[in-house]
Amino acid sequence: MSAAAADVATKVEKPPALPRGWPRQRILGYALVCMWMAFLAGIAAYLIVAWNSELFAKYAPSYVTGLGVTLLLVAVSIVLGAILSVPIAYARMSNNRFLSGLAYAYVYFFRGTPLLAQTFLVYYGVGSFRPQLDMIGLWGFFREAFNCAIFAFSLNTAAYQAEILRGAIESVPRGQWEGAASLGLHKLQTLWKIILPQALIVALRPYGNEIILMIKGSAIVAIITVYDLMGVTKLTYSRTFDFQSYVWAAIIYLIIVETLRHAVEWIERRITIHLQR
Amino acid sequence: MQSVWTLLSWGPEGWLDDIAYGVFITVSLAAATLPLGLVIGFLVALAKQSSEPSLRLAGNIYTTIFRGLPELLTLFIIFYGAQIGIQQVMRLVDPTAAVEVNAFVSGMIALGVVFSSYASEVFLSAFRAIPKGQYEGGYSVGLSGWQTMRLVVLPQLIRIALPGLANLWLILLKDTALVSAIGLTDILRQAGVAARVTKHAFLFFGVAALIYLLLAIISSFGINAIERAVGRQQVQR
Repeated sequence: MSAAAADVATKVEKPPALPRGWPRQRILGYALVCMWMAFLAGIAAYLIVAWNSELFAKYAPSYVTGLGVTLLLVAVSIVLGAILSVPIAYARMSNNRFLSGLAYAYVYFFRGTPLLAQTFLVYYGVGSFRPQLDMIGLWGFFREAFNCAIFAFSLNTAAYQAEILRGAIESVPRGQWEGAASLGLHKLQTLWKIILPQALIVALRPYGNEIILMIKGSAIVAIITVYDLMGVTKLTYSRTFDFQSYVWAAIIYLIIVETLRHAVEWIERRITIHLQR
Repeated sequence: MQSVWTLLSWGPEGWLDDIAYGVFITVSLAAATLPLGLVIGFLVALAKQSSEPSLRLAGNIYTTIFRGLPELLTLFIIFYGAQIGIQQVMRLVDPTAAVEVNAFVSGMIALGVVFSSYASEVFLSAFRAIPKGQYEGGYSVGLSGWQTMRLVVLPQLIRIALPGLANLWLILLKDTALVSAIGLTDILRQAGVAARVTKHAFLFFGVAALIYLLLAIISSFGINAIERAVGRQQVQR
């Protein structure tokens, strides 16, 4: 191969040069980025100008407590939902018409109605069953708004997680089941050792999204008087009429969500290393 | 004790007419938000698939912010923030001005920006599914950039993006429930009023949930019809 031919090859494979000067797109892009910068700088300036150390000393601890309540609520609901999602996903995939229909109805109801309506249904509606609950001694549990929120959120996320689990298990080709069967593994062993490790790679991103959705969705418990991060923010605003209370909450939520998103991406990169070519 | 059927009847005794008004508000809010969110989402997607890095950055900042914030917080920030902002401006002219921001418009803007940030991702992946040859073909028959977009790319784009957008519409329908927190008389708020007055909370919130479910079922029939219609176009081509 001559040097000239190699020269031609490099010339041909070069990507087209970026447009020079100031085309219309670049002017628009720079203008928009400048607008964002001005907006973010404006918020930073506002927070500095509106800084009130007395206010901060008074309300910062309650923000930390609120953040703790939010994280606890989400963690407990996600774990309970994960446990509950296993039988639902099993029923959804079963060949029994009745069982799969029941699971489908459950999933359809919880995915088709707003989380806020479900939370109201539990929190306000549970009072209609007070005598029955008193009888089995659960009334004390449901009197607390926090417990009602956990109950509603767990049922809700169980429906979503069941669908994630089902989708992930069904994404593994049938040949994997058959291969395992031909090696003499029984169903449970196959599921545990062969199907789940492959399915969970597929399920990781949806699970991450579900946790993020839960964190964002958990803000609604502020409406039923749970003092999570949003509840504390609402309380602070109603006491001080200082708008920065909302700005701080927005910053905290953004930090949590972005951290989680990047963590999920990092884990995904790590566990798919063997699939990269 | 009133019977369930009296409570759910139409007229002064029952609450059905109030709840029907709530359904009207919910549906009109969702229907008003949809075009706003689609247009902004499409523009943001255009920015994000541009070859100009600064445009991409601007689009990505938009998505990051509005996808990361809880919808309820976005709603409150826009509702109270707009109120304070407009009031500050009005004070310059008339120091006694008191501004009341319309809850419907705030809800529309807040849900619109959230919808558009998700829609931009759907449009973006649809853009990526369209081969470059389609643009090149458009240019080679002498169409301008805008004409290529409108006549060649957009019809295919919509077909690819439709399932994702349909999903977002169902999410939007559910998210409208949040506006009850800023005082808009939607389904959930009317159900709440009825529940407080009659003390039949489980009944009314259950009815509200079933109405949302019904709206979702009706929507999915509509979505199926649209998908069939769009799919037929593709076959004829």
